[in-house]
Amino acid sequence: MTLELASRSPLPEFDGSDRGGPEQPLLIVENFKKHFPIHSGVLNRAVAAVKAVDDVSFNVRKGETLGVVGESGCGKSTLARLLMHLLPHDEGRLVLDGDEVGERHGASLQDLRRSIQMVFQDSASSLNPRLPILESVAFGPRVRGASKTEARALAGDLLERVGLKAERFGGRYPHELSGGQKQRVNIARALALRPRLLILDEAVSALDKSVEAQVLNLLAELKEQFNLTYIFISHDLHVVRFISDRVLVMYLGQIVEIGPADDIYDNPQHPYTMALLECRLSMDPDARVDNAPLAGDPPNPINPPSGCRFHTRCPYVEDICMAKAPPLENVLASKAEGHLAACHMTHPGSGHSRASAAAPAALARAATPILTIPEA
Amino acid sequence: MSDIPANLAIDAPPAQTRPAKSRGYWGGVWQRLRYDHVTLFCLALILLIVLSAIFAPWIAPFDPNKSSIIHRLKPIGVAPYWLGTDEQGRDMLSRILWGGRTSLAMGIVPVAIATLIGGAFGIVAGYYGGWVNMVIMRTMDVFFAFPSVLLAVAISGSLGGGTTNQLITLAIVLIPPLCRVAETATSQVRSMDFVDAARATGAPTPVILFKHVLINVVSPVLVYASTLVSAAILLASGLSFLGLGVSPPTPDWGLMLSTLRQSIYVQPLVCALPGVAILITSIAFNLVSDGLRQAMDVKA
Repeated sequence: MTLELASRSPLPEFDGSDRGGPEQPLLIVENFKKHFPIHSGVLNRAVAAVKAVDDVSFNVRKGETLGVVGESGCGKSTLARLLMHLLPHDEGRLVLDGDEVGERHGASLQDLRRSIQMVFQDSASSLNPRLPILESVAFGPRVRGASKTEARALAGDLLERVGLKAERFGGRYPHELSGGQKQRVNIARALALRPRLLILDEAVSALDKSVEAQVLNLLAELKEQFNLTYIFISHDLHVVRFISDRVLVMYLGQIVEIGPADDIYDNPQHPYTMALLECRLSMDPDARVDNAPLAGDPPNPINPPSGCRFHTRCPYVEDICMAKAPPLENVLASKAEGHLAACHMTHPGSGHSRASAAAPAALARAATPILTIPEA
Repeated sequence: MSDIPANLAIDAPPAQTRPAKSRGYWGGVWQRLRYDHVTLFCLALILLIVLSAIFAPWIAPFDPNKSSIIHRLKPIGVAPYWLGTDEQGRDMLSRILWGGRTSLAMGIVPVAIATLIGGAFGIVAGYYGGWVNMVIMRTMDVFFAFPSVLLAVAISGSLGGGTTNQLITLAIVLIPPLCRVAETATSQVRSMDFVDAARATGAPTPVILFKHVLINVVSPVLVYASTLVSAAILLASGLSFLGLGVSPPTPDWGLMLSTLRQSIYVQPLVCALPGVAILITSIAFNLVSDGLRQAMDVKA
């Protein structure tokens, strides 16, 4: 199917841009940091900083879908904008298929922008209201030096691929489209530069369920057709499980757990992940959650709690948690490979009373299912 | 398209009789304008005023500067001076036609200059934000601190009288409000995701400004500029009235109002004529700008 489509399309063949080979991660994010300074006073000095993304490291493998979940305000969207270089990051390295971005002999920002594209959450504000959608999609190729006819042909082709007839929809303005159609135009636009990685920042969250399902199916199809890798940011845990190969859980600007999707969902290790999963609605009326597993807002990211950032809301908090931040390390109790968690309970010899005992997940189920909420 | 499952097509609306080729943005504006009779009437009126000003040398029955002691302050409606004569016996119709040239120039030229300069500053300030915004907008605030008439009087007082200086004065007075409107519109557009999407393609900033920002900022700025045309005419008339603008023999609506003021008890209707011309012109410009605002709103 892929071949057949490719031979029909005016798109160039995917050339040898897969430089590092299949084992080289497409994206290596190392120690990413973004602190937003808060200015105050007569001299407008920075008095504090919101630690939106604080020392985040992870890999994105070629061809996978990495789900990113977390409460609102945990830094998911900031992370997406940092990866896109729409915001400058304060610290950290970004390695794109073996080439460090911004290094002298590495990948340039232009390479990065060609390789990574993003679909924004708000389908309405992410399309220029004064441009017909065909022009919106053709803008990227046009900037990249395609002629007007080429760019339009490519845009038309992409619109067809996302299920919008170019001759009927191409001349329309965004306000003449439904939300689902707009989001499909956004996807087409993101694909126009033939990216390798697509960041979907809450891309289906604003759509109603039936349209959401259509778009998810479309995404799965396009992934195959265009050989794409996805970073899928969402607060909808069901959708993330459906679409993701691996899942990354964020809390207050840091990664608390990362691992294969099934492993994270069936065998969560970090108490925050457990609480988050408890929040899912169940199809079984007897299994309804009456009390919120986790209430209140996350602590202030300006002054995050000492030690483990989750300790203010964690039911298993001990002295070690307040004193020392747990590193993101392999979970030995988990059979799956590449399951990492930042919790003292999962690290043997960390000093936490539950650390070297049985698998914490089992303990969690035996203990109180509802997490207590201490005052912030 | 057999590769796309059938369920993808369900929210496609039923076939509409809409031409596949877009009329474009301005085409749509014209479509909406066509049915707005008030705006069309005012546009025609403005066209008439502009044409009569342009062709004043040919259509004016008399030399506007030729005075005649015996024909001073004739009433309206008596041949051959259909609109009467002023205190020096000059034909009012000819003077109003000729005066339209200066007054319209005072209305349109400074606004056009101010739109270009103020708009450019406003877009740059709104797009870049930060200290660039602060430097530009705080500078504009200095001008805002003065009432516009006072500012105009101060500037033209220091530059001296004359047509060119009056144009410069008016342009300087009009730049800050236009800059502020452009800045507000731009910073609103700047915060929208499509600008980030354009940045993500790696497009250079000038391309983003022209292709994505300008197109969204142009309509509020143009509409505001069209309301300023009448304000500029009034301000220019005011300056001429105060003796800071056009110098006496030149026909100008404001100046005529000023000189005829002394004869208001003798020929009140004739004395009001330049004022009526100013009134009609500025109302026409205001109504047109109102209609433009509605026609340029895509979501209307």
